Amino acid sequence: MSALAALIRRDVLVSLRVGGGALIGVLFFLSVVVLMPFAVGPDLALLKRIGPAILWLGAMLASLLTLDRLFAADHDDGSLDLIVMSRTPLELACIAKALAHWVASSIPLIAAAPALALMLNLDAAATIGVMLTLLAGTPALTLMGMIGAALAVTLRRGGLLLPVLVLPLSIPTLIFGVIAANAAASGQSPFGPPFSILCALSLFGLVVGPLAAAASLRQGLD
Amino acid sequence: MSLIDLANPSRFLKFAERVLPWLAAATAVLMLVGLQQVFAAPDDYQQGATVKIMFIHVPSAWLSMFVWGVMSLAALGTLVWRHPLADVSAKAAVPIGAAFTFIALVTGSLWGRPMWGTYWEWDARLTSVLILFLMYLGLMALWRAVDDPSRAARAAAIITLVGAINLPIIKFSVDWWNTLHQPASVLRIGGPTIHPSLLVPLLIMAVAFSLLFLTLHLAAMRNEILRRRVRTLRLLQASAARA
Repeated sequence: MSALAALIRRDVLVSLRVGGGALIGVLFFLSVVVLMPFAVGPDLALLKRIGPAILWLGAMLASLLTLDRLFAADHDDGSLDLIVMSRTPLELACIAKALAHWVASSIPLIAAAPALALMLNLDAAATIGVMLTLLAGTPALTLMGMIGAALAVTLRRGGLLLPVLVLPLSIPTLIFGVIAANAAASGQSPFGPPFSILCALSLFGLVVGPLAAAASLRQGLD
Repeated sequence: MSLIDLANPSRFLKFAERVLPWLAAATAVLMLVGLQQVFAAPDDYQQGATVKIMFIHVPSAWLSMFVWGVMSLAALGTLVWRHPLADVSAKAAVPIGAAFTFIALVTGSLWGRPMWGTYWEWDARLTSVLILFLMYLGLMALWRAVDDPSRAARAAAIITLVGAINLPIIKFSVDWWNTLHQPASVLRIGGPTIHPSLLVPLLIMAVAFSLLFLTLHLAAMRNEILRRRVRTLRLLQASAARA
């Protein structure tokens, strides 16, 4: 257990310090959201309506951007081989790495969401809805994306493939995340069912993601 | 000859050479019979002649899922037994499955224009099949991006097995969500709800399409085996020239 705790602590520290690059995701999130009003026009009523969707799309792309950091740095300096060979089950190590990655790269996105929501003319209920759905949905993005990151690290030129492989797996999370966020914003449709499905997707990712990622690391690194 | 003998690529090649002409002939005959039946079938009282699109659409849609199923079995063969023929089978099936999925999407949207009044509707069935299509394309990209075939096979196998989660979602999407796409009318509890005059040609077309897949898949596997042999010979030649 202490090995896993040490792994989480190390990963969070490494990704938050100089050269870690976890906070680049927030910058990218900001850029994507700022681009949207230029594309659709500065119509505040329209932005209010599509704001939750813009925030979700931006957060999803931002989490995709930092995904290859999940294993790449450890692969470069050789510590990934040590993690694979250690006595700690690789699946648990993958969960620990995903948790650390989520804390370092997704929590800042959720924290940045209210400021960006203000710029998109969202009211308090919509902002809270977006933050809640991001909190419930981003683990699914990280856990399913980890499969792609694990494959990419074992293949040369894998970085190009990562978005192509991961985006189709992220579509369900995006769909139910935006449905739930819109329900919270408008109050016209029930918030509970899509939010429960969103939580279910994250739990599902918790089972499938580490298993598949560990399998592909074992298959690919020999 | 038992099935396990075919696991040897040379025996498999011989078997494929012997079976392929017969399979191709059977496919052509069944396809002709099926098409004749399709044109002889009565028009639907509501849909008119557009019902004939169904005879292409439904078999392609079935096969788009069936091919992913075949690839999932091959993926198990790759991961569990590390068998090269399983790699070849998985690789050969991807473009064929993508083609069937594409045909299903295109014929569906051509049918949707006169019937639903729109080429595309973001309902659960259409979206999940579109995701299937994107995953086929992603797998094709994966196979093309990696030069070592056995490494590519193992990576593709994992993505294939993860993607297999999508199959039950596609199948039951029409039951779980209130979709514009109609629910299942052939493979359902309580028997088919299609009139026999339309059901018989549909089933013939389904068998013809399955044979078409079998033919194309066998031919593509043969080509892939030969391609790998050529690659090995070239590598040997290159290393001999250097020595």
